[in-house]
Amino acid sequence: MVEMPHTTEGSSRAERTSGRRSRFSYALRKAPLNVKLCFAVVAVYLFAVFFAGLIAPFGESELVSPEPFGPWNSVNLLGTDQLGRDVLSRLIYGARNSIGIAVVTTAIAFLLGGTLGIIAALFRGWVDQVVARVIDVFMAIPQLIFALMLLSIFGTSIQNLIIIIAVLDSTRVFRLARALAMNVAVTDYVESAQLRGENLLWLIAHEILPNIRPILVAEFGLRFCFVFLTISSLSFLGLGVQPPTADWGSMVRENASLITFGDLTPLVPATAIAVITVAINFIVDWYLQISGASNG
Amino acid sequence: MAERMATSLQRESSPGGTERGPALLTIRNLVINGLVDDTVVPILRGIDLDVNRGEVVGLIGESGAGKSTLGLAALGIVNEGCILVDGSITFDGIDLRNSPESAKRDLRGARIAYVAQSAAASFNPAHKLIDQVVESAEIHKTEPRKRAVEKAITLFGSLALPDPTRIGERYPHQVSGGQLQRLMTAMAMNCRPDLIIFDEPTTALDVTTQVEVLTAIRNVVQKFGTAAIYISHDLALVSQMAHRIVVLKDGVKVEEAETRRMLAAPEHPYTRTLWAVRSLEKPPASAAPPILDIRHINAAYGQLRVLEDVSLTVQRGHTVAVVGESGSGKTTLARVVCGLMEVQQGEVVFDGTRLPPLRGARNADVLRRIQLVYQSADTSLNPSHTVRKLLSRPLRLYCGLRGSAGNRRANELLDMIELSGAYIDRYPSELSGGQKQRISIARALAANPDLIVCDEVTSSLDQVVQEGILKLLMSLQKELSISYLFITHDLATVNAIADEVAVMHRGRVVRVGEKNTVLSPPFDGYTQLLMSSVPQMNPDWLDGVIQNRVGVITPARFAK
Repeated sequence: MVEMPHTTEGSSRAERTSGRRSRFSYALRKAPLNVKLCFAVVAVYLFAVFFAGLIAPFGESELVSPEPFGPWNSVNLLGTDQLGRDVLSRLIYGARNSIGIAVVTTAIAFLLGGTLGIIAALFRGWVDQVVARVIDVFMAIPQLIFALMLLSIFGTSIQNLIIIIAVLDSTRVFRLARALAMNVAVTDYVESAQLRGENLLWLIAHEILPNIRPILVAEFGLRFCFVFLTISSLSFLGLGVQPPTADWGSMVRENASLITFGDLTPLVPATAIAVITVAINFIVDWYLQISGASNG
Repeated sequence: MAERMATSLQRESSPGGTERGPALLTIRNLVINGLVDDTVVPILRGIDLDVNRGEVVGLIGESGAGKSTLGLAALGIVNEGCILVDGSITFDGIDLRNSPESAKRDLRGARIAYVAQSAAASFNPAHKLIDQVVESAEIHKTEPRKRAVEKAITLFGSLALPDPTRIGERYPHQVSGGQLQRLMTAMAMNCRPDLIIFDEPTTALDVTTQVEVLTAIRNVVQKFGTAAIYISHDLALVSQMAHRIVVLKDGVKVEEAETRRMLAAPEHPYTRTLWAVRSLEKPPASAAPPILDIRHINAAYGQLRVLEDVSLTVQRGHTVAVVGESGSGKTTLARVVCGLMEVQQGEVVFDGTRLPPLRGARNADVLRRIQLVYQSADTSLNPSHTVRKLLSRPLRLYCGLRGSAGNRRANELLDMIELSGAYIDRYPSELSGGQKQRISIARALAANPDLIVCDEVTSSLDQVVQEGILKLLMSLQKELSISYLFITHDLATVNAIADEVAVMHRGRVVRVGEKNTVLSPPFDGYTQLLMSSVPQMNPDWLDGVIQNRVGVITPARFAK
């Protein structure tokens, strides 16, 4: 670039004046078809989350049929479950519970693990050592077994479930955030902010976080899928979301025996889990691609 | 000695050489475009270039002028993201533009070689040096390995590498940067190519090392009569090497002339700006009370002592330049002043009060009054902040200015650094190198400082941009009577900006005083070496240096 004060390069002037948000929507418009499709899938799921009460034909735990394991018909589109509840309605309500719990859990995991990771990278020395070793101990125990153990100690309420999974998952987030922040914490601009006398909160939120955000956001998508699957597995094992609350994992478990009779009903909630996991992974890949390209 | 004289005579007596048959390399009307975010940006716009056998052509221009693209095109390589639109590249009768890749691969390394700017990045750290040096001979099967190794060892000797027989057994990290650059030259020369492209081979090196490498390169190029394209942004360097110089600007050839003619009478006004900084000189300033007093500082990284008994005084409104090669402790000194580095002994007195050694213990007012501007604006400006945020934060923190008052001041600051308010919402990645450095200066100014520590602020910039930044710093000093502690390795910069100069070598201040006293004889040994290492705008400079240094002093032996 030829440097001359007061001169402006004529190229891509319009792009410069626009902000980050419109840059994102521009990228979205140019996104490949499969990514757009994935966004549509996520939108459908979100619609179910927010308007479950409006679109579900029956209530969440309403007994609609005296007949358990009823077949698919015009009233109960996906049949009924072992207590005679409408499977479609429970599937829609299940979206709220399964996705809601997973989002909250992942958010807490990132808040906790991300903050600790950045702090460890900023301070280094004994702070880093203490936090990292404690986290190592947590990571040394197989996650699912550890979760089962803690759930049986503290009881299987939804709050406990969220907190336990969040804490266990934050260890992975910590590792990533620490490694990313290490690279940023040694840059001149962080040193210059420290030299300016900035406090810890500013350093975390303004100097480091924006520069590691793309990868953290991508990791959020992946972590969300893992949390989702963990909760589903726990529910399947009977230690997750407790009845009568609808949840996709427990729905698979409750109807699992049907598969031996050639009934595909238990595969429907399982497919619901699979589809959102795949959709989010596609979106995450795409996001990494566009943010990587624009950040050079 | 006689041989050296002979070779230097030979260099002068082979000018353009058009009478010696067809040129080795002929480039005609070369047009290469680049793609940046789907926009086509012209990089080269119709370049003609001839290189004759045994001739060294210098290619000079500021960054972004298309020098490296042209250098790679001579190898028949067009970088990814670039498109060769038009023109022809002919090497010894072979059309490099339309030949198949396999044919071009046979030429590269064997008949055309390339020496990159960063030798450290070009060697594979996992293999021994000798294996990499003879690699091209093995790939092209020009000769058995044993002979290639013998040739390499002879080359190491001609390149004045220490212990030529065994240096090849080392790994890249076990030799110095200057040695690595010479080894890379050996790697390029080992197949005795007809043409070598040197892409800024000494830019990353110290002035004192640069002279050694330059001498070594020139000796072997002359010895084997290799034709070369020597790319650099430093005209003084190019003029030591080249018979003929081509000046590029924005992908256009603005001037081409025989070296001596170009230096004596540059025709194009742009060529004259290439030595812009050399024409700046700061008039002496009147004495003033001291603002910064560094007393007997000792500092170390673990066992390694980096500063030994360093004392220095900066007067209010004056500029003290600290010069020395890398590793001399200049930057450490800057870090001590800013409270970023612990000292073992000594004290820093600022405006009459003794400062706590580390920044954490200093109060906000001291932090405000001493500002640091880093060497690389790329790393010192947060890439995710806009100019507005970069400037308004210190304004708010130090001066309590928020909202519209902060905005107004930020615009004033942009005005002071000669950038328009249109830049305020840009990200650093949308600014050029010089503009970024201006923004980091503005950020320092936002604090209303008394002292700005400038750590090599101009060394990564082009001459013209350097001149602009130095002029800016001087006018700001006049206006606001700021003092500068200016760390640099470039004596032309010192001349342009300093009132007092301190020469550092191996952690000690070896010479200090008023600029004209320090920079005029009689010199001590190290200052002499440093002064003589600065390339002069005189094609005979290198010959002079070599003659003067024979048996007198060499950097390697200058241990004590």
